[in-house]
Amino acid sequence: MTDARSNILDVRGLRIAIPGRDGERVAVSNVDFEVARGEVLGLVGESGSGKSLSMLAVMGLLPRNMQVTGSVRFDGQELLGLPARQMRSIRGGRIAMVFQDPMTALNPVMTVGAQIAEAIRLHNPSLSRRALRARAVGLLELVSIPMPEQRFDQYPHEFSGGMRQRVVIAIAVANDPELLIADEPTTALDVTIQAQIVEIFDRLRREKGLAIVLITHDLGLVAGLADRITILYSGRVAERGAIEAVFRRPRHPYTAGLLAAVPSIDSTSERLHAIDGTPPSLAARPSGCQFHPRCAFALPVCAERDPDFQWFGQSMAACHRAAEALPMAGGDDGR
Amino acid sequence: MSAHTILAIGPGRRLYSRFANRLSWRSAPVILGAVIILGAIIIAISIPWWSPYDPIALAGRRLQPPSWGHWCGTDALGRDVLVRTLYGTRYSLTIAALVLAAGVSIGSLVGAVAGFIGGLLDSTLMRLADITLSFPPILLAMAIAASLGPGLVHTAIALIIVWWPIYARLMRAQVLNVKGLDHVDAAVVAGALPSRILFKHIVPLCWSPILVNMTMDVGQVILLASGLSFIGLGAQPPTPEWGQMIAEGASSFYSWWIAMGPGLAIFLVSLSFNFLGDGLRDLFDPRSRAST
Repeated sequence: MTDARSNILDVRGLRIAIPGRDGERVAVSNVDFEVARGEVLGLVGESGSGKSLSMLAVMGLLPRNMQVTGSVRFDGQELLGLPARQMRSIRGGRIAMVFQDPMTALNPVMTVGAQIAEAIRLHNPSLSRRALRARAVGLLELVSIPMPEQRFDQYPHEFSGGMRQRVVIAIAVANDPELLIADEPTTALDVTIQAQIVEIFDRLRREKGLAIVLITHDLGLVAGLADRITILYSGRVAERGAIEAVFRRPRHPYTAGLLAAVPSIDSTSERLHAIDGTPPSLAARPSGCQFHPRCAFALPVCAERDPDFQWFGQSMAACHRAAEALPMAGGDDGR
Repeated sequence: MSAHTILAIGPGRRLYSRFANRLSWRSAPVILGAVIILGAIIIAISIPWWSPYDPIALAGRRLQPPSWGHWCGTDALGRDVLVRTLYGTRYSLTIAALVLAAGVSIGSLVGAVAGFIGGLLDSTLMRLADITLSFPPILLAMAIAASLGPGLVHTAIALIIVWWPIYARLMRAQVLNVKGLDHVDAAVVAGALPSRILFKHIVPLCWSPILVNMTMDVGQVILLASGLSFIGLGAQPPTPEWGQMIAEGASSFYSWWIAMGPGLAIFLVSLSFNFLGDGLRDLFDPRSRAST
């Protein structure tokens, strides 16, 4: 049996490779992260860092030609290599997903109510029409959509972006999942709507004990919602740990750079802080530490050897110099 | 922007106003086409109740030129040409409906499955469609009709075989487009079965170009069916089918009115369906819409 604080999702040594004519390209390698019940994990990284790819691997949605190895345990059950039938009953039942763009995530030719009802019926085939409708209306209410009875019979084009994202969330939580994967759920929304969506996530977590993996590059969102953070860089984990510890005392220069790049309203400097250089392409990954070509503190050893994780009580970082007190930007004064 | 655009709030009004907005001289052909088609359908259904003559029985003297008694004259067997032409509407519309219904059903099913599943199945089905499409339509239809023997049903079968690949291609292209949309992934994530995803979340979004193409193709089917009847592979005498009637008219060439009735009918109905198809395309496809 699993106790309340056990991990609902445990990813160990995840590796995703894309075979090509000139050998395979490793998009994600040696990625570990875990989410406990009722906990929010922020999965942060630049575009192409492998954060979405990792979550697609968890859902078993990667194209068949990609080779996924490692271990993805959901509530103790290994998901990699699970037969399609069993995967289908987990998807939308115990694990749900919210997509980035609410404008395209709904079927334009079905009413919103029918789509929610479909999500429920897929996992409760015996429910009557009336029961389905009642539950769907209840879900619309749960995500704070006014006049849910009337809204049930409307089409997605009659909803605004923020309202659609709420419908998408309603569909995702239709079957009381234990884990919700939200892939940049607020990126396509404007800031006031973002706050409402965050509020809904927070409430679902508190009221239903929902564990959430929040894929994003918005550190503010992570700071507001997440308990733990995993920072990916170039398909590897740079740093991970409790949100407090990582934000207060980043151990990896990349984390520090990200935190420094967040504009601050009371900062006196006129220029925005940026990390020099660009992330390595999939075809030309550097040797040793993935970050060393852009790192201000790189040593010769960084180009030679991939750093191991060093553990600092609340967080761990993959950096040769993680234990040193480097004069990095970000951290304490950042937020 | 006109007042119609501002009023277009409800879902029902939207389609209406999209149409009403462009209700200018440019829509005249569409309306004309729609009226003629509607008229043809009404005639096809109601003709037995009000027809003054029997289409296959003697109605008067042979080879009479047009007169008040016989507006389009009589043919070599003394039958009224106008009545026969109007009866011909039944055959032409029925065969067009049959061919398109079957062609679209078979074609879009094949195309949807090929596009959705992909891989070897996709290649096999689409090469089959390519092979069919590589023959000139009239030649292939003739060959099939000739091998099956004359008769309207055989004509229909021949035309279905000629027509399905067009819709298979069209549907496949649409499915490939829609397959990549987020809501399809969302359905996968919700745990839906592949068949449900295809028929509930992909195919319903694919119909508009197929609908437009169907409307355009009605005229083509009628033409080709008449063509087959004209060369004796389709309807057999004394069926008042247009192509068959023109063939009869060709044998008494100086009685020009015999071929004129069915000829005009083919022309009008084909043109009307083309007009309607053009209008539907404008309505569905924002790119081909003239800026207003």
